[in-house]
Amino acid sequence: MSLRNRELANLVVVGALTALGFASVYIARQDVVSTSSLSYALFFFALYLAAHLVARVTVPSADPYLLPMAALLTAIGLTEIYRLNPSDAFRQGLWIVVALGAFAATLFLLRFDYRRLESYKYLFGMTAIGLLVLPALPGLGTSVNGARLWVHVGSLQFQPGELAKVFLIVFLAGYLREKREVLAQGRLKDFGPLLLIWGGAMLVLIETNDLGSALLYFGIFLGMLYVATGRALFVAIGAGLFLAGAFGVYHFVGHVRDRVTIWLHPWTDHAVYCPINGKLLPRQDCASYQLVKSLYSVGHGGWFGTGLGKGTFRTTGGGQLIPFLNTDFIYSALAQELGLVGVSALLLVYMLFVARGFKIAMLSEDGFSKLLAVGLTFAFALQTFIIVGGILRLIPLTGITLPFISYGGSSVVANFVLLAGLLLVSNRANAERRA
Amino acid sequence: MNRQIARLALVGVGLLTALIVGTTYWQTWASAGLADRQDNEIQRVAQFSVRRGLIRASDGTILAANRIKKVGGQKLYLRHYPQGSLFAHLVGYSTQSRSRAGLESSLNDYLTGSNANLSTVLKTTLDKIRGATIKGNDVWLTVKPGAQRVAMQQLAGKCGSVVAIDPRTGRLLVMASRPTYDPNLVEGKFARINNIRAVCRPAAPLLNRATDGLYTPGSTFKVVTSAAALDSGRYTIDSRFVDKGYCIEYGKQVQNFGDQSGPESFGSVDFLQALEHSINAVFCEIGKTIGAARILGTSKQFGFYKDPPLETPGNERSPSGLYKNGELYYPSDAASQVDPGRLAFGQERMLTTPEQMAMVAAAVANKGVIMEPHAVDRVVSPTGGIVTRTKPRKYRRAMTTHAADDLTRMMEAVVTGGTGTAAQIPGVRVAGKTGTAEIGAGGRGSANTTWFIAFAPVGAPTIAIAVVLQDQTGSGGTTAAPIAKAVMQALLAGGSNP
Repeated sequence: MSLRNRELANLVVVGALTALGFASVYIARQDVVSTSSLSYALFFFALYLAAHLVARVTVPSADPYLLPMAALLTAIGLTEIYRLNPSDAFRQGLWIVVALGAFAATLFLLRFDYRRLESYKYLFGMTAIGLLVLPALPGLGTSVNGARLWVHVGSLQFQPGELAKVFLIVFLAGYLREKREVLAQGRLKDFGPLLLIWGGAMLVLIETNDLGSALLYFGIFLGMLYVATGRALFVAIGAGLFLAGAFGVYHFVGHVRDRVTIWLHPWTDHAVYCPINGKLLPRQDCASYQLVKSLYSVGHGGWFGTGLGKGTFRTTGGGQLIPFLNTDFIYSALAQELGLVGVSALLLVYMLFVARGFKIAMLSEDGFSKLLAVGLTFAFALQTFIIVGGILRLIPLTGITLPFISYGGSSVVANFVLLAGLLLVSNRANAERRA
Repeated sequence: MNRQIARLALVGVGLLTALIVGTTYWQTWASAGLADRQDNEIQRVAQFSVRRGLIRASDGTILAANRIKKVGGQKLYLRHYPQGSLFAHLVGYSTQSRSRAGLESSLNDYLTGSNANLSTVLKTTLDKIRGATIKGNDVWLTVKPGAQRVAMQQLAGKCGSVVAIDPRTGRLLVMASRPTYDPNLVEGKFARINNIRAVCRPAAPLLNRATDGLYTPGSTFKVVTSAAALDSGRYTIDSRFVDKGYCIEYGKQVQNFGDQSGPESFGSVDFLQALEHSINAVFCEIGKTIGAARILGTSKQFGFYKDPPLETPGNERSPSGLYKNGELYYPSDAASQVDPGRLAFGQERMLTTPEQMAMVAAAVANKGVIMEPHAVDRVVSPTGGIVTRTKPRKYRRAMTTHAADDLTRMMEAVVTGGTGTAAQIPGVRVAGKTGTAEIGAGGRGSANTTWFIAFAPVGAPTIAIAVVLQDQTGSGGTTAAPIAKAVMQALLAGGSNP
């Protein structure tokens, strides 16, 4: 079977799974959900068929598993968002249309040679910082949950940081490809432009309190630097600097200190000062409220979960039990309804996606392609780890979206652009091998 | 570069593996611990998706029902108590905001179908797999709503409690406590319960005075003392005493007062007359003769120093006994640490629950043997099968049959011609004992705790009852005995099948 036919076959399977997911939500929640919900599955399948046709034309030799896996993850996300709040799912559906538009546009624009991006690397670097600064601008940015990450244009709001991530990876891939030999010698002056752009990004992120993204960018940078130079020492120095920086930040930025305290001691037996309302409360009722409630949700799932549509997310009075359920905490909703068996399968899909991504990097011929694929893939893996690890208390919790699944337009768009990038690299690598 | 890529890939896959490990930890190993946490509302709300079993009185009256509420498309079974405050303390409540109390709390496993009986486990597991609503088991109680209503009416405007049991089986017939509350208000309108005012302070409407209220037993305790005296072999029902009107203890006179009826001093009396007229001086002498240790020992045979048995949660029941600084007091040497004379007539830091005193009456009624008090008759599965049925069980022997026979005669005399004449029921032989404990004497004027314990009909008793009232100006004979009479009449009229 040709690669694209294999992709199509996989998509058919995903389409069937999506229909099954929506059907089970429909059965469990007939009172709230109408039969039209089933049309979501159909609409969804048509959408991915279109994406498949674009891939057929533009990247015929690309990896046949990535698109179906992305489709599966978005379908799971959409089903769960639909289950939590049907009107959110409608908006998410629109965003998926936009995202697939961006996906198609990226593929069409770069179908002959994406490597010319390399010559615009500084432009990408500067744009990335520009995008990151946007929310900090007065009148344009809005603050959500203590972090200024959002840009408002009319009723539309998006998080430019998500796209900045992809741009920064393009910059890093280009710069590191060009300078990897000199950098490997370890002379400080060669690091100049790199540290400038990357340092700028970090500064903006810390200034806007986007700690999750700061951690993500730092990880991407270290990973790509290691692959480019092969010097583990750099990673060690970087990690050392990070720890020193983190220590400093911990002592001087209250926001960070709070996160760490919450991480280490989410439950207290006695009342402690609550910075939110100034009262004395047990910490689980105040600062660590979100983390604790989300852990209860995960724990309630047990081995097999409550079943789609049967989880408990509301009080008997109808209030929300877990805040930010369909964005940052969608994993805890999924963990409750799908159980260990379900979310382990989900994480295995992420793992497969990452494995395919790294394989593409290894198969490509040139340095830029390798670095680009590595950057995109590692970013994907790290982002998943930062949010889910935060929910599971492996690391301090920082708000960031779960790729392809969380509700949120900018995240979906950015991740589809990321996917397009991987397909482009893969297409070229496979085509060259065959030639 | 490929070697570095491979290593980084290992890191990436490693991170995701850590997530699977982390999820496994929380969903298997730590799951039970999370479920048990007090602030785990998910767990509490999720319990409401179970169709909780009904709680019914002995005649089928529904005491706890379900009200279906749809929250975000999920069917929740919230509790509704059709009888309002009637059985508030015994039945308790099951809510999200304040968790559970009473039988709703202690029988939660049965009511939610999570008890370990094989048939229930099988059924709920099947329901879970099929995704069907899990149905809990219904609980049928032994209590009688008609008599309970009479008891609650009699207690209206007062602070106190009525407990009635069937002495032959231990079946709980009436358990009333005032002030009370409406369990339907616990979720959402709890402030209204908190604001309840009463003649007593604190009003404590949530307190189940029947099993958790501790009161000075006063002269009702003389029944325990008499049992100890009769079984000591040193006294018989015909033993004679000379009542001087006081008793000398530690060189001081202890005057006759309390709810004693008749003159200041009776002169020469027998044991029966001493109880009939509740003569403190005589019991003081008996106490000094047989000693505090023996009296305490006998009280333990009656169940003192143990939580009174019932299916309600342990923290809603308190043991009767001597109390010191708010804690149960175990004297290491009763002879030197406890005043035997005052103990004999129910003072001396002795505190009892109404249920315990009902058990004292039941012991006499049932020839010295206390049957274990119980409120649950049977648990019935949703399909109608019996999950469990309570069989009458001997709790302990409190005294010899002979002593019980003598005490029956003595207690009947109390009602026919002594302090408890107000409890007489035409055509029914009643045996009883009054109690009047002067608590706030000096301070708040006369604030008596008044008691009446009784059983009827003598010969073939079907009811044993205890009534306690707080902050009374009258005596047990005038305040508590009429209430006991009214409740016993209601029970006798309603028929008292075992």
